[in-house]
Amino acid sequence: MITVEHVTKRFGDFVALDGVSLEVPDGSLTALLGPSGSGKSTLLRVIAGLEQPDAGEVEVAGARATHLPARKREIGFVFQHYAAFKHLTVFENVAFGLRIRKRPKAEVAERVDELLELVGLEGYAERYPAQLSGGQRQRMALARALAVQPRVLLLDEPFGALDANVRADLRAWLRRLHDQMHVTTVLVTHDQEEAMEVADRLAVLRGGRIEQVGAPRDLYERPANDFVMGFLGPVSRVGDRLVRPHDLILLGHPDDGAEEAMVRRVLHLGFEVRVELVLRGGEELTAQVTRTEADELELESGEIVWLRAPRPAAA
Amino acid sequence: MSVAELPIRAPRRRRLSTPPGALGLGVSTLWLSLIVLLPLAAVAARSLDGGLGDFWASVTTRQAVDALRFTVVVSLVAAALNTAGGLLVAWVLVRDDFRGKRVLNALIDLPFALPTIVAGITLLALYGKDSPVGIDVAFTQVAVLLALMFVTLPFVVRAVQPVLMELDREMEEASASLGATPGVTFRRIVFPNLVPALLSGAALAFARAVGEFGSVVLLSGNIPFDTQVAAVYIFKQVESDNADGAAAVAVVLLAISLLVLVAIRGLGRWGARHEG
Amino acid sequence: MRAETVHRLALRALALGYLGVLLLIPVGLVFWRTFEPGLGAVWDAVTTPAAISAFWLTIAVALIAVPLNALFGVVAALALVRGRAPGRRVLDALIDLPFAVSPVVIGLSLVLLYGRDGWFGGWLAERGIQVIFSVPGIVLATIFVSVPFVVREVAPVLREVGDEQEQAAATLGAGAWQTFRRVTLPSIRWGIAYGVVLATARAIGEFGAVSIVSGKIAGETETLTLLVEKRFTNFDVAGAYAASALLALIGLATLLAMSLLSSRRSPSTR
Repeated sequence: MITVEHVTKRFGDFVALDGVSLEVPDGSLTALLGPSGSGKSTLLRVIAGLEQPDAGEVEVAGARATHLPARKREIGFVFQHYAAFKHLTVFENVAFGLRIRKRPKAEVAERVDELLELVGLEGYAERYPAQLSGGQRQRMALARALAVQPRVLLLDEPFGALDANVRADLRAWLRRLHDQMHVTTVLVTHDQEEAMEVADRLAVLRGGRIEQVGAPRDLYERPANDFVMGFLGPVSRVGDRLVRPHDLILLGHPDDGAEEAMVRRVLHLGFEVRVELVLRGGEELTAQVTRTEADELELESGEIVWLRAPRPAAA
Repeated sequence: MSVAELPIRAPRRRRLSTPPGALGLGVSTLWLSLIVLLPLAAVAARSLDGGLGDFWASVTTRQAVDALRFTVVVSLVAAALNTAGGLLVAWVLVRDDFRGKRVLNALIDLPFALPTIVAGITLLALYGKDSPVGIDVAFTQVAVLLALMFVTLPFVVRAVQPVLMELDREMEEASASLGATPGVTFRRIVFPNLVPALLSGAALAFARAVGEFGSVVLLSGNIPFDTQVAAVYIFKQVESDNADGAAAVAVVLLAISLLVLVAIRGLGRWGARHEG
Repeated sequence: MRAETVHRLALRALALGYLGVLLLIPVGLVFWRTFEPGLGAVWDAVTTPAAISAFWLTIAVALIAVPLNALFGVVAALALVRGRAPGRRVLDALIDLPFAVSPVVIGLSLVLLYGRDGWFGGWLAERGIQVIFSVPGIVLATIFVSVPFVVREVAPVLREVGDEQEQAAATLGAGAWQTFRRVTLPSIRWGIAYGVVLATARAIGEFGAVSIVSGKIAGETETLTLLVEKRFTNFDVAGAYAASALLALIGLATLLAMSLLSSRRSPSTR
């Protein structure tokens, strides 16, 4: 369990974290999500002990850790650019934490082999990081972090430097790993799809503050404000409200409370159809309907339709 | 006239009859040969003028052997001490911050910018007869060591600095997150990544030190068999018209430096294996 | 974090101490000793006829050697980095030779080549050309020692800048010379400048080789460095210090130039 209480961190004049408080439940996989500069990496590093907060307290694994150096916090940390020890073999990289704890050779060998198998790098033990692909290096980094059985696992945009398809694979793999090992994990990402897919809990940050914390579905369906709603998924503005494009209802005839709109463009994207509309007042917005619905309405550029925005939406 | 009406000139084709740069390569090689290679060839040729027997005799006179031995030993010591000192200075320049650091950083290159004879006078002023701190080590082996350390000071510092600056700080953070103290992190992570640069700088320092003349010619009493370096020995042979002897020892000195330089290049290639 | 600060300060003190003892104090002392007898005495010492002629000789030699090596440097750097002819590796290795050769060996080599009994000795004597014990010898020695500097500064810049701009120029119809003048040269000019500064400092400071080839004829073949040595061995310590201080000032000016140019020579640090 990790507790962050009113933590503030400044870099010169820039306030990276502004009185941030957060509780990370034991065994959960919590994602810190937000745009660049939102403070999510800083928060992670404060939890890790790689940065010292200017104010506030941090508790890691039940112990007051605010002024404890990183090496004493029993954490595992995975960096965006792997931070591989390039002069050591894959084996020695993973073994590092155990070696400096002076574990006996046999134990080290057994544990490293076990971990390499877990991350799918058996056979790569004698290679050097330079000979591995990005995805493989990151898996090695994960094995290295897990080798010393940390109480908490911290990942700083771990898939940010990888190709899209490798990213998707590793994302799923990380989730499976977590389900297997149940180590309290905190993941920093700017990719909302990644966060939604992988995390049990989500904390959205902006400008050094936490906007909302909760289960991914809760944040998506009941966002606390426009920013969270816009960050987690596509939005369309209707009047003074934000609505999800797929929640908009399109009708082929006028109706109570339905607004008139002209179809600008119809984009067929497989099963989904994206409809670009213009309202009477000139505002543009996007709606999303299924192929079937699009066919029924015989949607075409230039056509007039009527739009209804259902109630549950951001205030 | 619209853009579409502008006449389009076809790009001129390069003549590909010779590989690009062949002329430049030829001219450069010619210049280098005339200025550098030809004179050195003359030295090599003269050293063998009287055959291998004479060569061997010239190189094994007691004075020659002593001079060469002393030169190699004192250069090794100077390089070794400057390796430690250079690492320290590079570390402080890269990781620390204080007023005047930039000026200090620029001053490191002073031995490169200063004529060697001025370096000699400088060191004599401090460590010689009129020393303000009462140290008189002039005309001793220590004096020669100090002079060589002065002129080779920048080599290790400048070799280590860029590597230290480029070093991934995250590796050190990763090491800390895995439980390592700063000392362990330095020993296991930072230092191993500096070794190639350290060796390279040390080798350059050594190669420079063995041939050093200007800074030691005033300091070493040049009492033969005591503090005479190889360069001074060669100089004395030239002055006494013993060009054969001078050339022979010169060839040995050249061989030593060249060996060291070749070793550095090999080291560079080996080190590149770990980069990725 | 107290321990960390103490640690850092200790390292700083050690480093400063090391530099102080080895570098700063000796140089500072020379300046101190030089100006002890007063500015007037120093001025007199550096404006004697011998000193003035030594100064101009040193400058003149540098003015011949450095531009030649700058030209060589640019040509060689282009051949090494942009060229594709075989034998580049060999040239690359050979360029570092002057760093490996002791100055006295350089002097010896020139004597063996151009001296009275040298390879070209007879040929030169027949034409009444004197190289050794005359200015040409000094020039050749100075060229020898300053060969690598410009090429070693320009080559990395060329490598880093890459040839995309030159390719773009070619597609726009520029010929080889135009491309060089308008695209390549501007990109390497700070590298050239930096290399020239280094080469000039080396040229002015050369001592060992010119010791052998010059004959040290005052007023004719005596460079500034040789003047310093002569004064010192003739017990004119004050005069030696004065000339040394002059050379040291030139050295410091070199450092300043290096410092100013350093950030400009590499496009990545600009």
